[in-house]
Amino acid sequence: MPKKSDNTRKLEDVGIEIDGDPDSADEVKNTKSKGGGKKPTGKRGKADDSEDGEDEDEDDKPQKARRANRRKAAQQQPEEEDSDDEIPQRRAAGNRRRGKPGANGGENGENKRNKRGGKKQKEGKGKGGGKKKSSSEDSKSEGGDEEEESMSEGERARLMEEVEEKKKLIANIRNKPWRMKRRLKHLKEAQLFVDKFEGALGKGKGRKLYAYKVMMMKKWIKFQRDFDNFKTACIPWERKIKEVESHFGSSVASYFIFLRWMYGMNLVLFSLTFGLVVIPEVLMGLPYGSIARKTVPREEQDSAMDYSVLTDFNGYCKYSVLFYGYYNNQRTIGFLKFRLPLSYLMVGIGTFGYSLMVVIRTMAKNADVGGGDGEDSEFTFAWKMFTSWDYLIGNAETADNKYASITTSFKESIVDEQENQKDENIHLRRFLRVLANFLITCTLGGSGYLIYFVVKRSQEFQNMDDLGWYEKNELEIIMSLLGLVGPMLFETIAELEEYHPRIALKWQLGRIFALFLGNLYTFLLALFDEVNAKLEEEQEIKNASIWFTKEYYANYTLNNPNDTGTPPPMDPADVIRGPCWETTVGIEFVKLTVSDIQVTYLTILIGDFLRAMIVRFLNYCWCWDLEAGWPSYGEFDISGNVLGLVFNQGMIWMGAFYAPGLVGINVLRLLTSMYYQCWAVMACNVPHERVFKASKSNNFYMGLLLLILFLSLLPVVYTIMSLPPSFDCGPFSGKERMFDVIIETIELDLPSFLGTLFTYAANPGLIIPAILLMVLAIYYLNSVSQAYQNANLELKKKMQMARDEEKNRRNNKDSTNQVMKDLEDLLPNRSNLPPAEEAKDKHEEKKAKVKPGAAGNGVNLQKDVSLASANPNARGPVTQAPGPRAPGPGAGRGRGQGPPPRR
Amino acid sequence: MGNKQTIFTAQQLDAYQVSQEKLLFHRYRDLAPQLVPLDYTNQPDVRLPYELIGSMPELKDNPFRQRIAEVFSEDGEGNMTLDDFLDMFSVLSEMAPRDLKAYYAFKIYDFNNDDFICKSDLEKTLNKLTRNELTEDEVRMVCEKVMDEADLDNDGRLSLEDFQHMIVRAPDFLSTFHIRI
Repeated sequence: MPKKSDNTRKLEDVGIEIDGDPDSADEVKNTKSKGGGKKPTGKRGKADDSEDGEDEDEDDKPQKARRANRRKAAQQQPEEEDSDDEIPQRRAAGNRRRGKPGANGGENGENKRNKRGGKKQKEGKGKGGGKKKSSSEDSKSEGGDEEEESMSEGERARLMEEVEEKKKLIANIRNKPWRMKRRLKHLKEAQLFVDKFEGALGKGKGRKLYAYKVMMMKKWIKFQRDFDNFKTACIPWERKIKEVESHFGSSVASYFIFLRWMYGMNLVLFSLTFGLVVIPEVLMGLPYGSIARKTVPREEQDSAMDYSVLTDFNGYCKYSVLFYGYYNNQRTIGFLKFRLPLSYLMVGIGTFGYSLMVVIRTMAKNADVGGGDGEDSEFTFAWKMFTSWDYLIGNAETADNKYASITTSFKESIVDEQENQKDENIHLRRFLRVLANFLITCTLGGSGYLIYFVVKRSQEFQNMDDLGWYEKNELEIIMSLLGLVGPMLFETIAELEEYHPRIALKWQLGRIFALFLGNLYTFLLALFDEVNAKLEEEQEIKNASIWFTKEYYANYTLNNPNDTGTPPPMDPADVIRGPCWETTVGIEFVKLTVSDIQVTYLTILIGDFLRAMIVRFLNYCWCWDLEAGWPSYGEFDISGNVLGLVFNQGMIWMGAFYAPGLVGINVLRLLTSMYYQCWAVMACNVPHERVFKASKSNNFYMGLLLLILFLSLLPVVYTIMSLPPSFDCGPFSGKERMFDVIIETIELDLPSFLGTLFTYAANPGLIIPAILLMVLAIYYLNSVSQAYQNANLELKKKMQMARDEEKNRRNNKDSTNQVMKDLEDLLPNRSNLPPAEEAKDKHEEKKAKVKPGAAGNGVNLQKDVSLASANPNARGPVTQAPGPRAPGPGAGRGRGQGPPPRR
Repeated sequence: MGNKQTIFTAQQLDAYQVSQEKLLFHRYRDLAPQLVPLDYTNQPDVRLPYELIGSMPELKDNPFRQRIAEVFSEDGEGNMTLDDFLDMFSVLSEMAPRDLKAYYAFKIYDFNNDDFICKSDLEKTLNKLTRNELTEDEVRMVCEKVMDEADLDNDGRLSLEDFQHMIVRAPDFLSTFHIRI
């Protein structure tokens, strides 16, 4: 198959040659899309010529304009001949498309002409001016004598150019919408031509470089593609989330994206805590049983391994590395002289610092994304319809997902659109919304009072002895009842408002959040009561403990009067120890987190899975249709899940300082719940009745998270700054305040001048001006951002206006503006003009389309611009003169800036 | 929504970079080894029926496969010669310019070949995309919206110009209208 291989080689060129010069490619394309018609070509030719002239003028400045003109005329000639030469061949090739050869000829000529301009510039660069001059000279003389004798200088140059043109043709052939047969034919001719004459002329120097460039370009594109794929592959759970998104819409997916984000953040917190606190302590700290705080007390040892005790995080759990109390207050541990107490405090602070930074940064980034959105773009539906199918899909399952996701996204857009179109009774709606908010405020106030009341009562109960089960657990019961009933109540009330589901979700989230805050703060208050009680208790125990130790040694000397050496230390299990309120708080948070995990998972299992099972299988033998009727399948509860996640994170932030292990537990929880919930939602839930689009940014969730972060920051900072640490447990034992570690480090480990520097920095005289300065900066930035926002709105309006106007102009029979209409009527000879004008418009458009030098995406801009400027007086005083309309990318479509006289 | 499931390994992509046509030729031939000769010296007139073309893994899950085949085939019936076949993949390849792609996309979505995308074309497109899962009202509404957005000369149908005007602005047209072989 020798011929075939030949074929193949050429095909290679057809298929693979990269689009080296996008400009000319686009032009060619436009010519084509216009579909034949010799006239525009001719006009275009003129335009090109003038451009050519310019090019050359630039190239050889000494030449006079007159000469240039002459040259132009001369050039026109050989080009015409070129295209004539080709036409017969083309006719032979493409009998089918009889209509086109003319156009194609023009196209080719054009191609060449452009080519020439571009090529010349290139050559000018490459070989200097000398070559240029000669070629232009030749082209001048070309006019008369060309068909003739051997290689004159001029002939040579012309051949050269022709060869280059052919090469260009080869390069661009794939960009032409021709049938393969025709392309092959052209290619073969061009190739033959090049092969034949290139030898005579000597190989083009640029060729190798060009080939190399092309190769590198291909490699680069491939690399980019691979890199993109790699990046996508590196995003965890991307496919899982896409799958959920395709069936349940972007709102449900936004929860999972949020979950994934949380997982990422917690992973960092986890590595901070474990890397700098837990693992150093395990590796280098004293082992279990060496000192009192690392040993289970004697009286608890029997039950310390019991399952029930361990699940309460008592026994061995309590005296493990998971909790604050286990850490020793040695200043440095191990051979690395690791300053564990300092590191502990720093990690505690760093956790908050990092979280704050990440949340705020993400919010800022999301706001960015949300700002330049395509949300209200002009082509929402059209793009969805024509570009949403991904032709790359070659896998049945993916295709199924894609169908689902396209359907879902259409439904989302339809909901949005319906919302826009809804004409409503604005007064009634407003009244209902006010009413709903009033009701909800009442509910919130009521629940707040209820909590207050119950807390008061429980404090009274504390002093009583004979309490029933209800009295003991009253607080918890009321809390969970509120948490259960409140959201449902809100949802019912929210139906009054008839918001778009997306906005309704936000309201719902905000309201439930407010409800839960009461929950959270009651819990905190109770905790602080406990801590205060423990602190009082501690003072007594401290004294008792010291007394006990003394007594132990006294007894020892009494019992062993002969022993002169120091007595053996007391068994750590027997030492009397304080209550260690930090560990208690830590345990409280861990318990809360674990029970939250259990409740969440069980709810999913029972509320979703079991329900789905029952609905699915009992449906065969039931009186009514379970699937369509009452229980039906569950919908995914976005607000509940998001809030669960947010509050859980609050717990982690609050508890992490007292229980470093909590972060690890949380990471595990998030990891499992990602898989578990993904499965649950796909297996047991049905999409929402009105699938709605999530807002572009997750900033509402982030805002909630930020609020919770701030709220959880308060108690922790309060304890660090103002409560004394326990005397016998934790890394700060023996200090007056926890932050004394820092002061100690500054005094002992840093050079003294740094210490004085810190004292200065801590001076209120310095801090207050700094705060003032920051407030001023915030104010300034805020006003700047507001100004930008206004400008943005203004621009958006302008764009919309420009678009409307463009539409009106296109079908300019009826303009929107009544004044304009009247004006038009007043003008003489207007009545019969519009059709002609329109035709002219189209005409101009075609011409404009092929304007050389239109860069890739500039094609249409240019078209618009010249559309307007080509016949500025077509509409009398209405149209603006072309001058001020800058053809820049921004202003291209900006017709809306409009001429002053009109408004 | 980047449900990008590529069907090819890196090696195959490499191959595509190096000798796309050979690969394409073999792909073409593999569809019907008994029909397609190995020797193409004398330009045999071989056409593969649409059934074979449409069953290629690249196309078989595409809702528009029949249109694609019809548009690119010379006879308009979806029966393809090797040239048509190469045509198709060169247009759908990564390197084809945007306007070329836009032109062929227009032809693909123009179901009744009248050089305009009219309401019925839109409805067909939409139903293929969503597998008829939208209600009639929704379909009507979407089609109206599309017309409203893209039809610049208000003639109730999309000309090639309207279509290009709209499609060249679409952010992911280039990345989705594209087949890797």
